[in-house]
Amino acid sequence: MDFSAIRSRLAGAEGRLYWRSLGELADTPQFREYLHREFPEQASEWNDPKGRRQFLKLMSASLALAGVSACTKQPPEKIIPYVRQPEDMVPGKPLFFATAVPFGGYAQPVLVESHEGHPTKVEGNPEHPASLGATDIFGQAAILTLYDPDRAQSVMNRGEIRVWGEFLTAIKSALGAQRGKQGAGLHFLTETITSPTLAEQITLIQQAYPQAKWYQWDPVARDGARSAARQAGGAEATHHFDKADVIVALDSDFLGCGPAAIRYCKDFAARRRVADDKKEMNRLYAVESTPTLTGARADHRLALRASEIEGFARALAGAVGSGGAAAAGTSVSGRDAQKWVASIAKDLQAHRGRSLVIAGDYQPAAVHTLARAMNQALGNVGTTITYAPAVEVNAMEQLASLRELVQAMDAGQVDVLVIMGSNPVFTAPVDLKFQERLGKVGFSVHHSQFFDETSAYCHWNLPEAHAFESWGDVRSFEGTVTIMQPLIAPLYDGRTATELLAAFIDAQNGKSAHDLVKEYWTRAHGGKVGGWTITDANGQAFATPDAFWKHALHDGFVTGTASGPGARGAGSASGAVAASGASIAPTTPESAPRTPNPAPRQDASASEASGSGGLEIIFRPDPTIWDGRFANNGWLQELPKPITKITWDPAAWISVRTAQEKGLNDADLVELRYRGNTAKLPVAIVPGHPDNSVTVFFGYGRQRIGRVGQAADDQAKQFDVFRLRTSDAPWFGNGLEISKAGRYVIARTQEHHLMEGRHPVRTGTLKEYEENPKFVAEMGETPPRALSLIPAWEYNSYRWGMAIDLSTCTGCSTCTIACVAENNIPVVGKDQVNRGREMHWIRVDHYFSGNPLEPSSIETHHQPVPCMQCETAPCELVCPVGATTHSAEGLNDMVYNRCVGTRYCSNNCPYKVRRFNFLLYSDWNTESLYPLRNPDVTVRSRGVMEKCTYCVQRINFARIEAKKQDRRIQDGEIIPACAQACPADAIVFGDLSDPNSAVTRLKAQQRNYGLLEELNTRPRTTYLAALRNANPELEPSSGTASRTEH
Amino acid sequence: MDPKPATYPAAPLIEPGHTFGSITDKISAVVLSGRQPISWFVVLSIGLLLCGMLGMAITWLLIKGTGIWGINIPVGWGFAIINFVWWIGIGHAGTLISAILLLLKQGWRTSINRFAEAMTIFAVMCAGLFPLIHTGRPWLAAYWLFPYPNTMSIWPQFRSPLIWDVFAVSTYFTVSLLFWYVGLIPDLATLRDKAKHRGLRIAYGMLSLGWRGSARHWQRYEHIYLLLAGLSTPLVLSVHTVVSFDFAIGIVPGWHATIFPPYFVAGAIYAGFAMVLTLAIPLRKIYGLEDFITMRHLENMAKVTLLTGLIVAYGYMSEAFFGFYSANKYEGFMIWNRMTGPYWPYYWTLVFCNILTPQWLWIKRVRTSPLPLFMVAMVVNCGMWLERFVIVITSLHRDFLPSSWGMYYPTMWDWMTFVGTLGLFITLFFLFIRALPMISIFEMRSMAPEARMPGGKGH
Repeated sequence: MDFSAIRSRLAGAEGRLYWRSLGELADTPQFREYLHREFPEQASEWNDPKGRRQFLKLMSASLALAGVSACTKQPPEKIIPYVRQPEDMVPGKPLFFATAVPFGGYAQPVLVESHEGHPTKVEGNPEHPASLGATDIFGQAAILTLYDPDRAQSVMNRGEIRVWGEFLTAIKSALGAQRGKQGAGLHFLTETITSPTLAEQITLIQQAYPQAKWYQWDPVARDGARSAARQAGGAEATHHFDKADVIVALDSDFLGCGPAAIRYCKDFAARRRVADDKKEMNRLYAVESTPTLTGARADHRLALRASEIEGFARALAGAVGSGGAAAAGTSVSGRDAQKWVASIAKDLQAHRGRSLVIAGDYQPAAVHTLARAMNQALGNVGTTITYAPAVEVNAMEQLASLRELVQAMDAGQVDVLVIMGSNPVFTAPVDLKFQERLGKVGFSVHHSQFFDETSAYCHWNLPEAHAFESWGDVRSFEGTVTIMQPLIAPLYDGRTATELLAAFIDAQNGKSAHDLVKEYWTRAHGGKVGGWTITDANGQAFATPDAFWKHALHDGFVTGTASGPGARGAGSASGAVAASGASIAPTTPESAPRTPNPAPRQDASASEASGSGGLEIIFRPDPTIWDGRFANNGWLQELPKPITKITWDPAAWISVRTAQEKGLNDADLVELRYRGNTAKLPVAIVPGHPDNSVTVFFGYGRQRIGRVGQAADDQAKQFDVFRLRTSDAPWFGNGLEISKAGRYVIARTQEHHLMEGRHPVRTGTLKEYEENPKFVAEMGETPPRALSLIPAWEYNSYRWGMAIDLSTCTGCSTCTIACVAENNIPVVGKDQVNRGREMHWIRVDHYFSGNPLEPSSIETHHQPVPCMQCETAPCELVCPVGATTHSAEGLNDMVYNRCVGTRYCSNNCPYKVRRFNFLLYSDWNTESLYPLRNPDVTVRSRGVMEKCTYCVQRINFARIEAKKQDRRIQDGEIIPACAQACPADAIVFGDLSDPNSAVTRLKAQQRNYGLLEELNTRPRTTYLAALRNANPELEPSSGTASRTEH
Repeated sequence: MDPKPATYPAAPLIEPGHTFGSITDKISAVVLSGRQPISWFVVLSIGLLLCGMLGMAITWLLIKGTGIWGINIPVGWGFAIINFVWWIGIGHAGTLISAILLLLKQGWRTSINRFAEAMTIFAVMCAGLFPLIHTGRPWLAAYWLFPYPNTMSIWPQFRSPLIWDVFAVSTYFTVSLLFWYVGLIPDLATLRDKAKHRGLRIAYGMLSLGWRGSARHWQRYEHIYLLLAGLSTPLVLSVHTVVSFDFAIGIVPGWHATIFPPYFVAGAIYAGFAMVLTLAIPLRKIYGLEDFITMRHLENMAKVTLLTGLIVAYGYMSEAFFGFYSANKYEGFMIWNRMTGPYWPYYWTLVFCNILTPQWLWIKRVRTSPLPLFMVAMVVNCGMWLERFVIVITSLHRDFLPSSWGMYYPTMWDWMTFVGTLGLFITLFFLFIRALPMISIFEMRSMAPEARMPGGKGH
């Protein structure tokens, strides 16, 4: 230590000099170096180019802090206990708030679990008809996006941080110029909107600026359905699977995606559930191109190219006698499609009024019109299908709408463009050259959750508040309104769409979203706007608007707003817009009314299909990251995509035969050339995919979003499938050429998809089950119970168990992501998944059977696999430190603190459900993720084994409640996260010591079997065999039900 | 010792012309002369370099976690366990030579037992490293696997074979070390007496525990040595039996087999003798010890290698046979997968190394030619490592549910750790050669013609 330096420095100092150490006082170079390299570890990590995961860990802390400091001033750090405790707030006890997560414009009604003010978990709203308590993967993952440190955090103008007030000033001056020309240069681009408040705001803007234009663009829009609905007079179809015995899905993934998927799944499963005393189930025919979850669940699946669906639909329509469409049904190409048409038609005719034909969202309007005609002819309207006015505000054909906007931009008519939510620079069809034309707009505003591709080309970027930070309203597919309430104050500088639109309306300037939404509903409650008839559950009117408001917030929906056949609400909500002046120009180009009967119209894409050579290309949204909007959500990225079990990457799906013809293997990188555009994708060979057809998925190759979703390198940027999509054939077209362009590493959680004659999934037909209910048990062997050296466990109280019905499970993976959210399961990244180290406690196994070269013969089986909680658990025996033990209630407990990580338990687990923290997977650095975690579940460190606990924290919570009331836990009181989220109610949990519990009754079924029970593990999680309601006419070899397995 | 002339009419166990003095001088010179052949420096340098690599690999392991290795779910055990079993197996020959052959009065063991025992100890040290570092949290595993009294009253789980392993290996190490050290005492005293440097005299003096060579000392020595030999003998069988339980107790197809204990023990002796040959052949060349480690020693060891190799081959065959004969679909698939699955080259290389190669040892010329013998021994060393690879990896990577099948690929760190322990072994072994007599001086003296004089003392 250089004391002379210190003395001289003290001598030269003026005023009071603070110093922390002698080193600092001396101001030595060493000390400065020390300050400079305060975190030398991380400093060197920066230079390591590898590993997205590592990058995430490193970046996050600093970014999160930057975000925090950017938006709020630091609160004074005083700790004060609750002197008067807030109402209902008991530390350690979560509260649930009802709200909704908008997806594709529609509500996904949810209850959000909140611990001491921070939301941690999303559950479905059991009271709401669109959820009935279940969610889908996007709803579950919404909570992670809330805490995503990469979200857009502040108002930006041309790359510089601004405040909201500056934006208001700027927009005011821009609007000043528009007032003179009645808003002729004012253009709005939104996604699908169902919000009544927003609808009214748009109307008000339209009144102030009559020439203003409103466009809609959502790359996964349901244009075909909308167009068919418009032709038929505007009413959209709602399907009632709970009443349907025979269902024909025409390239429709009604169980897997769409705003109604959860409810449809519930209804479908209810009709499919078989019991020993109720041996009947519905029958589903799937005629589809890309294999979907719906096709996987189908009793018979016919694989056709997407362009052949229309021909099939025509032939089927002809066969069921709905109009003279059969004439055009020439294109039912070869094979045994004719047999299928005849058999299905016969089955449909036999179930008039109890059948249902549903067309897929990505099929053209003609197919939807045919489906409508068939349902009409089969007398299904009013029972299995109802029509009601569209829930969407001003439903329009969005592709045409976007095209019109682009034309206006090109013509220089767009002075002010406000893009809300949508990301057209990334998602617009490539021939519209959106990005290029955006440059011609004088004043562009982008309101979005992430600073994305479109943000980069807009003048103003406004961060959008997350649904859980927002006041708003949104409607579900069947019309019921949910008033969204925030769970937490905006973490960043986010505003809601309502607040943004208020800036364009003089009367609403400066009002908060809460006030705007509440004002609307106060008036609506009084019947002043929208034409709603609002009543409480008993049909009585509410006494005061406040009573209504509280009630609506509490319930999570507004009773009486569903759009039934006779409901006024919906029609008048959108009608209000239309009535308010010719206005908000309906930008649909085909305005000619059409007859509801199917005109034998040749669609553009359909005609092309029969034309040029090459392969067919089919576009689909990615099963987990959709159109790319969830690209930055690690949970969804790491969720194995259905059927292929690929994580973190897209793939081009091709059939086995096409792969053979093209000389392609799994994970080959191919170049796709289509209409002059190219993209690259890794190949996934998918048995069941139609031949000569390639399915590609949107969402990857993001140029700009966040550290998780952004394409890592130039190669990954070429995964952007939107580059191939043109506006004339948005969903499929012909003329694709592919050629091998190298190899690519795909990270899959399951490599092997054949059962190898082991029957992990026991399947059979309904007929087999009727004839011999014991056939399930006969497929395996159960060793004698006494076959153990170790004495049996004794139970004095509860015995927990689970049953999973494979007949209703669709393989949607919602259970997996619900488990991730509930149990603080970390994201490990692509590299670790590729090494076989994914952490999911419940996985969905997937097996094929059938002839791989014959796509229509492929059967797909799904099986969710959590821990079996074996009675004679192989893992317990081998742990040297007793870190995994048998609980008094039969659970196979995992004691993290005691675990030293020998991994012997995992080796000895025949189900391989144990997960090991090979590295430090839990993100301990990203501060914004701290409040995400479930405080009731340990965050595991490295070197520790973990696995499914049947959500033991929920069991204990219920136990405490029951003990307080001095009673036993009742059946249904404990629902593990997987079971709670399951849209098919396929997972049932309960007490096996209670002979009347739901799970005990399920396990008493003849279909019940234990996975690998021949090992005498005596699993507590058991399965109910998957039954197929086969149509004997379509069985490959009639009479003997041959289960061909490979 | 038997005063009658040697009952071995075959090649001698010690070349003619040696006296007590020449034996003592020749062996102790390696330690005391202070001059080492250049090859000693070369090999030790390589060993130290590899030790450095091992240190690096372990440091990184402790910083990052076991994820730096290639293990995953389903293959939860990888190189660490393979190496552990391999090293432990190698150790067995030392104990067998020193204990069982002593009890069986196989005089030829004398010239090889010392370094074979050293090999055992160093091999067990290398082996012992792995169970510790392969755990997720070695800082806890280091003592939680032992039954120590604690306020929480938590004990290890005694049903777990890993706990049996802890006891088996630690007992084995302790007994082997004692046995080796007790056997060293008379030689340490010899070194003390012969050493010129004062420091060395003190050091060897302390280590020799006041040995004066009195009749009482010899009597006690003989007692304790015999007792320890008796104690070690069951260990030869028990340790690898317990190691085999690590697998056999599990329900994994390919592990869950009753043949495992004898098959593992035979494999261990097989690997151990191959390793003794691997060490002895170069050593006798470098240090000119052909007089003491004669062709007869090599040939005898080759015979043991051949015998145990045949037992091991029988093990493989019965494994394959019962895979099919059991009619158990998992067992049948397991053996079929070994032979034809993605790891088939490992299996067939193993068959080549462990079954085909030792058949050369039927030929006397091979048994008595150092170079071919050395090559066969090296192949067997590799083969025995592959055997553990096949048992650990191919059993785990495809077990019951096809959905969870996976692959195992070792990483750079796996290799660095494995090769690093080879370096540790080499380093320890060459330091041992430098510091201690690698052949038992006093026992060799008993081989000299003088010892067979009527009335001549045995030592």
